[in-house]
Amino acid sequence: MAEKKEQLLEMYKTMVRIRTFEKEAIDLFAAGKFPGFVHSYLGEEAIATGVCANLKDSDYICSTHRGHGHLIAKGGKLDLMMAELYGKSTGYCKGKGGSMHIADVDLGILGANGIVGAGMPIATGAAFACKYRKTDNVAIAFFGDGASDRATFHESLNLASIWKLPVVFVCENNGWAISNSQENHQNITDVSDRATAYGIPGVSIDGNDVMAISEAAEEAIKRARKGDGPTLIECKTWRHRGHFEGDPGAYKDPKDQEEWLSDAKDALVRVEKKLIELKYANKADLDKVKADAQTEVDAAVKFAEQSPDPDPSEVLTDVYTV
Amino acid sequence: MTQMSYMEAIRDGMRVEMKRDSGVYIAGEDVAQFGGCFGVTAGLYDEFGPDRVMNTPISEAVIVGHAVGAAALGLRPIAEIMFVDFMGCCMDELHNQAAKMKYMFGGKAKVPMVVRTPCGAGLGAAAQHSQCLESWFTHIAGVKTVMPGTAADAKGLMIAAIRDDNPVMYIEHKQLLGLTGDVPDGEYVVPLGKADIKREGSDVTIVAWSWMLQKSLAAAEKLAAEGINVEVLDPRTLVPLDKDAILKSVSKTGKLVIVHEEIKTSGFGGEISAIVAEEGFDYLDAPIKRVAAPDTPIPFSPILEQTFIPSEEKIIEAVKALF
Ligand SMILES: Cc1ncc(C[n+]2csc(CCOP(=O)(O)OP(=O)(O)O)c2C)c(N)n1
Repeated sequence: MAEKKEQLLEMYKTMVRIRTFEKEAIDLFAAGKFPGFVHSYLGEEAIATGVCANLKDSDYICSTHRGHGHLIAKGGKLDLMMAELYGKSTGYCKGKGGSMHIADVDLGILGANGIVGAGMPIATGAAFACKYRKTDNVAIAFFGDGASDRATFHESLNLASIWKLPVVFVCENNGWAISNSQENHQNITDVSDRATAYGIPGVSIDGNDVMAISEAAEEAIKRARKGDGPTLIECKTWRHRGHFEGDPGAYKDPKDQEEWLSDAKDALVRVEKKLIELKYANKADLDKVKADAQTEVDAAVKFAEQSPDPDPSEVLTDVYTV
Repeated sequence: MTQMSYMEAIRDGMRVEMKRDSGVYIAGEDVAQFGGCFGVTAGLYDEFGPDRVMNTPISEAVIVGHAVGAAALGLRPIAEIMFVDFMGCCMDELHNQAAKMKYMFGGKAKVPMVVRTPCGAGLGAAAQHSQCLESWFTHIAGVKTVMPGTAADAKGLMIAAIRDDNPVMYIEHKQLLGLTGDVPDGEYVVPLGKADIKREGSDVTIVAWSWMLQKSLAAAEKLAAEGINVEVLDPRTLVPLDKDAILKSVSKTGKLVIVHEEIKTSGFGGEISAIVAEEGFDYLDAPIKRVAAPDTPIPFSPILEQTFIPSEEKIIEAVKALF
């Protein structure tokens, strides 16, 4: 029970840190502090959090264009992330990657990715290396419902299934691929049905319930570590924002939008309620978590703003390994 | 003549052909009600309906691949790939299927399809959303490659691309979408393979296309103020290439600078240089110069990205080095 309390509080902290970072990033982008694309993870915090809560530092993740949450949940540092959004030399990629390419290979973060569906083969390969080296490490591929229409999804699940690779495919089904609704881009309602085609377990769960996600991930990861092969987990969720900042999301039904943002559905509010209900925390405790996250994010922004731009000569470095 | 933006001109070209030929349709990600990631197809869904303007799943291989099959049966698909960078996800469909069918089948097939896709840096979109890549396509025999640099050409080349009986890569530039110009009304066709002298001059020829055409024109203005009279030639289509126009211009000026946004190594500037070296060597009174991006991926940070993109200053410097 003490362990469960610890775990839930830890996950809550992570979710708050993601939400605080994302809110700040949106405002900074709107204020013109950095260019490029920002794909907000607001609303989907429970997924990265619940999955990564079961990972060791030596495990791997492959993220997406909507990657900030995955990176934070896997231990990414907010100041280095923020500096990367600003394109500063102190950022995770020395300013060369920006929001869509943040990576920290030392933490097992094999990168956000600008190509939809590109992370799944890479995670499959990382899982192959984990198995080849006879470690019990695993790899996680995060991807959206839209990405599950790409050949890379099908080829990765197939290969991982025949080679019994320690990889977990985590589909973040937020109902949309930019403006294209799930019902318009695939003829199924549960992406997890696709697991059947590859003879692997597939489950669909509430993507706004961090406990449920953590439990499903725990089982899949255990299975992977044991050498029993991949699992497909579909987490049903909703992105609070447009596809990227600047997209008003006019294609969404305002009723759906309102419902998903309500206290009854919002992933973060739901954990708060749970924490209070189980008497794991009181309101003051929760406020402290939020205040701490804000302090951390503020420091990250300050770090980013005070950091130097890269030197123009940096354009030419790091093309090849020498 | 109507004043419109490059983006409106692309759309107008598609609209003209969709009205004229019921076999023309558009398929791609978010092209329907949403109007495409950059808004290029906005309004066409309302005008032509769901049977002719269709959203696809995120499945580039079948976006281009289905176009090959449909075109082989006589339709004229316009397949949109949201960024040219994503062509890597459907290259087989282009280079082994669309490009080769006619030839492999002994001439007994035709594949009249257009792949429409935006290219180019300058938006802070980083390494996987900013490339140009036109020389990938010029290296595939059987595919034509079109790169409009003005609003009028955007329309005229679109119509020509749709009417062409071959697979055509129609690569528009993100930085040019808002560029306005006078665009002829109705069925305005710019034939593929016909270059256009965008600025007449006598001292040096610049060959440039797409966004770099606009940068070269701006550089030419500045050079004129310094007494260097630049001719700016826009090939408009790289395959087929109007090499006669290039050779003719170089025979007049004796000097050639090629400007492109692609990285230098194996960029299309190398091909143009080789043609002029082979067929116009005697016209040259100075070495050929290429202004191109460095051989690196495209960095995110604005200062690095600006260093990467060939600038007016670099064009001016290259021209001056010839005098
Ligand atoms: C191969 C490829 N095709 C298209 C895109 C453009 N694009 C970026 S995100 C996106 C939608 C992705 O939807 P989904 O996988 O459901 O993830 P979500 O954005 O909903 O998190 C698209 C089409 C891309 N980046 N890469």
